[in-house]
Amino acid sequence: MKKTRRLEGIIHGCFLILGLITVGFVLLITVYLVISGIPAIIEIGPKEFLFGKRWASTAAEPEYGILPFILTSIYGTCGAIAIGVPVGFLSAVYLSKLAGRRIRTVAEEAVSLLAGIPSVVYGLVGMIILVPGIRKLFDIPDGASLLAAMIVLAIMILPSIIKVSMTSLDAVPKEYEDASLALGATPVETYFKVSVPAARSGIAAAVVLGVGRAIGEAMAVMMVSGNAANMPGLFESVKFLTTAVASEMSYSEGLQRQALFSIALVLYVFIMLINALLNGVLKKRGEK
Amino acid sequence: MNRLAGISKKRRVKIALLKALMLIAVAIASGIVIFLAVYVLARGLKGISWELLTTEPSYINDTIGILPDILNTLYIIIATLFFVVPLSVGAAIYLNEYAKSRRLVAVIEYAAETLSGIPSIIYGLVGMLIFCELFGFETCLLSGALTLVIMNIPTVMRTTQESLKSVPDSLREGAFGLGAGKWRVIKTVVLPCCVDGIVTGCILAVGRILGESAALLFTAGFSHDLNGLFEGLFKSGATLTVALYVYTKERAGLEVGFAIAAMLMLMTLAINLLAGAVKRGFKKRRDL
Amino acid sequence: MNIKRRLQSVMAAVMAGLMMVSAAGCAGNDGGTIATDGSTSMEKVIGILKETFEAANDGYTVTYNPTGSGTGITAVSEGRCDIGLSSRYLKEDEKEGGLTETILAWDGIAIVVHPDNPVSELDIATIAAIYTGEITNWSAVGGNDEEIVLIGREAGSGTRDGFESITGTEDICKYRQELTSTGDVIVSVSSNPSAIGYASYEAVQDSVKALRVDGVAPGEDTIKDGSYAVRRPFVLVTKTDEPLSEAAQRFFDYATSSEAHDAIKQAGAVPVE
Repeated sequence: MKKTRRLEGIIHGCFLILGLITVGFVLLITVYLVISGIPAIIEIGPKEFLFGKRWASTAAEPEYGILPFILTSIYGTCGAIAIGVPVGFLSAVYLSKLAGRRIRTVAEEAVSLLAGIPSVVYGLVGMIILVPGIRKLFDIPDGASLLAAMIVLAIMILPSIIKVSMTSLDAVPKEYEDASLALGATPVETYFKVSVPAARSGIAAAVVLGVGRAIGEAMAVMMVSGNAANMPGLFESVKFLTTAVASEMSYSEGLQRQALFSIALVLYVFIMLINALLNGVLKKRGEK
Repeated sequence: MNRLAGISKKRRVKIALLKALMLIAVAIASGIVIFLAVYVLARGLKGISWELLTTEPSYINDTIGILPDILNTLYIIIATLFFVVPLSVGAAIYLNEYAKSRRLVAVIEYAAETLSGIPSIIYGLVGMLIFCELFGFETCLLSGALTLVIMNIPTVMRTTQESLKSVPDSLREGAFGLGAGKWRVIKTVVLPCCVDGIVTGCILAVGRILGESAALLFTAGFSHDLNGLFEGLFKSGATLTVALYVYTKERAGLEVGFAIAAMLMLMTLAINLLAGAVKRGFKKRRDL
Repeated sequence: MNIKRRLQSVMAAVMAGLMMVSAAGCAGNDGGTIATDGSTSMEKVIGILKETFEAANDGYTVTYNPTGSGTGITAVSEGRCDIGLSSRYLKEDEKEGGLTETILAWDGIAIVVHPDNPVSELDIATIAAIYTGEITNWSAVGGNDEEIVLIGREAGSGTRDGFESITGTEDICKYRQELTSTGDVIVSVSSNPSAIGYASYEAVQDSVKALRVDGVAPGEDTIKDGSYAVRRPFVLVTKTDEPLSEAAQRFFDYATSSEAHDAIKQAGAVPVE
């Protein structure tokens, strides 16, 4: 009896370790990014690094200001949200409430397909179709721009926005809607005035999730945004936090390499903030 | 029949407008999916040939074959699942069967949430620092696979957890009542019941591995050498998605790029359908 | 325990599959391995040399790790590879640090524009003026009235390094796009009539037009004798006072011999006489 109890104890311990593994990995990643990201920030100077407007990492007198990247990432993400959320949200309402069963099944399959396409494919199609399209449409010298990146990102976050919004719209109790209908509201009014507010925290979670996806995307954006370290402008060629790391990493050395790790650290801080926000939103929903 | 009869004109316009907006949104979203699918398949399918699938790339003949990349993808999937399944199933079991402190559970779940929100470019960097440099594995498939393990733990953990939750407590209590120890109950009663969750998680993980590029570029490299599983794991190698990236970039081989893209798209579709079928299949059996 | 048995059979199937896969991929070798590491631009040259060498020398394997010139040079000096590959000349301090450069071949850097662009010739000074932003419109060099879109490569790229050092425009180029690969440059230039870019000569396709520089069109002969000025070396980097391994020496000798000329030409580079 004693032996089995000890065995159970050991097994319990093993599972405890496995249970803590996610925590361990998060700590590992955090510690590593901090260790490798901090030295360059100190060497360059936090103010020069975060608020410097010029990035010239391989110049004879290198400059490491990442303000353009930070702003580009923020603008790009906001743009993607501004384009992607209305489309995704309205589609979700339609698919969740109005669409027939068959349309819904096909649409769900299509959305998962969209989510599963490798980002490189988005970049490739964007480079061949979207970039020349923007150049012709707006009659500007070159179409590789922040706008192109926003559109690609908007398309890439559509699946998560549609999926998460649909899940929370589906979860709205039918009684709410029935009550509204009985009071004389039309179905469309009911969906927007009753179902959507009831599902709002889920929809908020969808938006935050989209923000996280958009700010972290690298490969697709790299192929359509031009990659010059300019301050952001809609038709300007720009570099994101992610693309700054991805495009220079393979050749970098010394302080340049360390500075790239610092950029990754800044990106990581953004991601952590977004996660905390997401968690807050979800928790609120749980408490309700 | 006509519910709108007694409704003011203003309301009617508003309803019509909302409906129109929803339809436009759905049209945009589905238009994007259809366009992408048709475009990629139209440009890619004709490039897929038996020769492409079964040969190594040759510089002398100036041909590209993706057999090594297919095998590398397979190796990386096998290696990743080999590690990720025990780790994340163990973590899920701990959370669902052992953990008593709600706080600890919340911390672990938050950590998992965080892991799934970290962008792949950061995984690539950290994987490079930890596996390639700290552990001294250099750039090889194993480093890539280990990086993917961290990325995919939350996915498999979540699906396993969901199916663990659906195992009725009466089953556990029955087994306890017969005098079985905790571990025995888990092994013989709980685990067999959550196979569906594990399988679904694995399928989703495979989907994610197939589409991954940023995390693998810096960890697994991009050679196209033909290797066996065990030697291959210790050599640098490109998966299909990385090969797609490399071929479109370095050699401007758009035909090969689109051929791989079309293959990946079909695989994604197959994986999504498979995941759905597995879920439904297990559900049916459980309901019996 | 139906499920358990089923799981076991699945595992057995997976294992069997694994064995077949690894048996299919296995290739025995006992001659020797030559590790090369470095420039991504040399991928094609090294790839083709590797194939021809391995075909003629049974049991020898050449590995190539495409990391970039800087990394390759570091790797050879730290002994992590046999031969480093660099697509730029060694710096003085690198030579003093005990490394030797052997020029394997020349690579022309083609200045490319859209095929519809009427301009087909520029001199080095004009190219420099264009890339530094002194000339911003094609009409100033005999083209259409369109703003010039400058396309280049990312910081650290060997092609960018070569282009900027030859045109004397280090750190002052006003790029509109900094792309991360040759392929991207070609695709971008071919889809924009007012773009100009630079890319390795071997990668130039019909979708773009290579300009004559100082009146000389890029071609094998003009790149070899240097009359086409925009060229860079492909360098084999070795340690000055440490002999190569038997296998590496064999590969080195082959690569630098006239035997290898056809292979190098096939890769689009120009062998050194």
